[in-house]
Amino acid sequence: MKRLIAALAATTALAGPLAAQELEIDELTFGFIKLTDMAPLAVAYELGYFEDEGLFVTLEAQANWRVLLDGVIDGTLDGAHMLAGQPIAATIGYGTQANIITPFSMDLNGNGITVSNEVWELMRPHIPSMDDGRPVHPISAEALVPVVEQYRDEGTRFDMGMVFPVSTHNYEIRFWLAAGGLNPGFYSPDDITGTIDADVFLSVTPPPQMPATLEAGTIFGYAVGEPWNQQAVQRGIGVPVITDYQLWPNNPEKVFGITEEFAEENPNTTRAIVRALIRAGMWLDENDNANREEAVEMLSWPEYVGADAEVIAASMTGTFEFEPGDLREIPDFNVFFRYYATYPYYSDAVWYLTQMRRWGQIPEAMPDEWYHEVAAQVYRPDIYLEAARSLVDDGLALEADFPWDTDGFREPVSEMIDGITYDGRYPNAYIDAFPIGLTGDEVVVDGAVTGG
Amino acid sequence: MTTVDPNFDADREARRERTFTRINKADTWFKVLGLAWITPMLRIAAGDNPKAQGGQIWRLLGVPLLAIVGFLTLWAMLAPQVQTSLGAIPGPAQVWEQVGNLNADAQRTRERAADFYERQEQRNADRIAAGEEPRPIREFTGAPTYYQQIWTSIKTVFFGFLIATIVAVPLGIAAGLSATANAALNPIIQVFKPVSPLAWLPIVTIVVSAVYTTEDGWFERSFLVSAITVTLCSLWPTLINTALGVASIDKDLVNVSKVLKMGTWTKIQKLVLPSALPLIFTGLRLSLGVGWMVLIAAEMLAQNPGLGKFVWDEFQNGSSQSLAKIMVAVLTIGIIGFLLDRLMYTIQSLFTFTNNR
Repeated sequence: MKRLIAALAATTALAGPLAAQELEIDELTFGFIKLTDMAPLAVAYELGYFEDEGLFVTLEAQANWRVLLDGVIDGTLDGAHMLAGQPIAATIGYGTQANIITPFSMDLNGNGITVSNEVWELMRPHIPSMDDGRPVHPISAEALVPVVEQYRDEGTRFDMGMVFPVSTHNYEIRFWLAAGGLNPGFYSPDDITGTIDADVFLSVTPPPQMPATLEAGTIFGYAVGEPWNQQAVQRGIGVPVITDYQLWPNNPEKVFGITEEFAEENPNTTRAIVRALIRAGMWLDENDNANREEAVEMLSWPEYVGADAEVIAASMTGTFEFEPGDLREIPDFNVFFRYYATYPYYSDAVWYLTQMRRWGQIPEAMPDEWYHEVAAQVYRPDIYLEAARSLVDDGLALEADFPWDTDGFREPVSEMIDGITYDGRYPNAYIDAFPIGLTGDEVVVDGAVTGG
Repeated sequence: MTTVDPNFDADREARRERTFTRINKADTWFKVLGLAWITPMLRIAAGDNPKAQGGQIWRLLGVPLLAIVGFLTLWAMLAPQVQTSLGAIPGPAQVWEQVGNLNADAQRTRERAADFYERQEQRNADRIAAGEEPRPIREFTGAPTYYQQIWTSIKTVFFGFLIATIVAVPLGIAAGLSATANAALNPIIQVFKPVSPLAWLPIVTIVVSAVYTTEDGWFERSFLVSAITVTLCSLWPTLINTALGVASIDKDLVNVSKVLKMGTWTKIQKLVLPSALPLIFTGLRLSLGVGWMVLIAAEMLAQNPGLGKFVWDEFQNGSSQSLAKIMVAVLTIGIIGFLLDRLMYTIQSLFTFTNNR
């Protein structure tokens, strides 16, 4: 706490010229969900980065992703910590229609998939062991196949939880299940439960309630952000089987979402927000995560994540605990700034769109250009780079920390768990390579896949 | 049997008599405030038979205290035996510890608020020194303290209750006076009375968001949502009791009013209200109680500021202190509910026992 105040005093000294910018509005309310990846918001508030920009920000925890999204759309919230899929889905009119943009990507990785103790015991015999007896990672969903079959034979539907229909977690758990040969079910325009042809039935539960829901036996596993996987370990109610880092190293995660209208009406305020958030991201990753302990303390305050500090620290400080005692190093488990983490890459948006198409949320095939147009409409590197440039000019950031000349597409990725290479420039080629999922012109009609 | 006291002192006896009259008068108030046990103590002090009064004290003070101690002991013994995934259920000691923690949190927030204002002052001073316009001082943007959350809830419940009263009393009088109005209102009351606040809440939320769109209005939207939900659930007891009270006025009085050719308004003022007041207040007491319960549920579900949100946030936090903090909130909710009821009872006594109707 003392150090926090000291850091605060140090940063406020820089305030002078920046606050002189003409802000359109300076009283803002941002929503967030109790997850460790809201950290940039807490840090920007606590270290006074918002105040340095002349912004008076109130941070409000929201009950669930739906409420948060509605808050941003109806103006109750000026902006929010969002699932990357939310601005994209809103823009293409899936679930709700609103022009939401993101000028700032909040982090990479940070999620995990957890199963109940009972399911873990049934899975374990199908997972090879290392010399020391611990299971070999990453664990494929192939080990879950016999469990699902056993449940089915006993007449039990295999239910798992994710946090929102267009959440990273929905696509991640589907990605993992499908890579192991299990069908997580399709969406269609008239059946939005996403369980058509499903082997595993996914349903929505807000992140902080995941452990309680698992404990109550409503679901047998879930995909969620931290600290709710580590919470399951500490409370002894479940075992994380895989992290999203193992599914796809440095996958894009949460974004900061605002309405397009807000950005247009308040360009200076928007730039000020992005400046504060970039500085928060830098602080979180500074000197090889040297500030993480401090960030953990902040996040454990009841107004932010509120979970016990040791639970938050379990993933935030570069390790991840699988079974109790099975602590493994994942230094990049949650990345906030390195690897250009905060830059809103078009290819990140395109990946989400490919998954929406794969599972039928986008009901019909679309040309590659359409994917690129939507991505360019939602992801706004122009705003990001403008803010970054002004930070560099003010001596608050380094020139080398930002990808100035990128065309917005990351290099093709080939380290994903299903072995299929992803290149955001060719979304349809990527979609067609999936063994499970809609490909080509396939559509879901009356609960069955046809066409193609 | 009569005793003849040789030292009979008329003066002293009279003084004693006066003291007891005063004690008896005060007793009405002690009863209202829930401090009935003070009366027998005062009586002993004034020289009454300690044995008879002792029995009173035992019943009014001793038994309740013993019950509380018994409850705490049982709680302390049984709680640690229930293991949850968040650790054992907290006993009274852990809950008390959280009271201290919440207070410390409030302290911390106050300090941070002070720093926040200081920084703004400092910046304005810098701006003035640089020849620029100072900026207006902004409200602290941090999380509300536990005390602020309690205060928010109390404000909200009273606002909702006030609207409920304004709606319910006139409607109740109408229903009580006229059989036709009663017939019209009855089905509506019967159908809406049992509706849960959790069912009203989504409707209220959507309607308020659509209707109340001004940004700089008097009220926060969330405040209105909670308050109106309270109104919708708490107006029924007042309405029903008012109607009942009005309908059961003495027939003779009604006839007198007819003979005197009283106007409706005079009749309501001079006749209906005074006779129906005890029942109206019974209704109001019930309404406030219902309103308080409903408010906590509404805040919890809609995440509107207040004690309900506090409980839900702690449930979501799932830290090792969460259960104890929720229990602190439960006790706070109970105590405030009790105080609210006492408050209404006091007002009721003020209105009704002075003019014994």
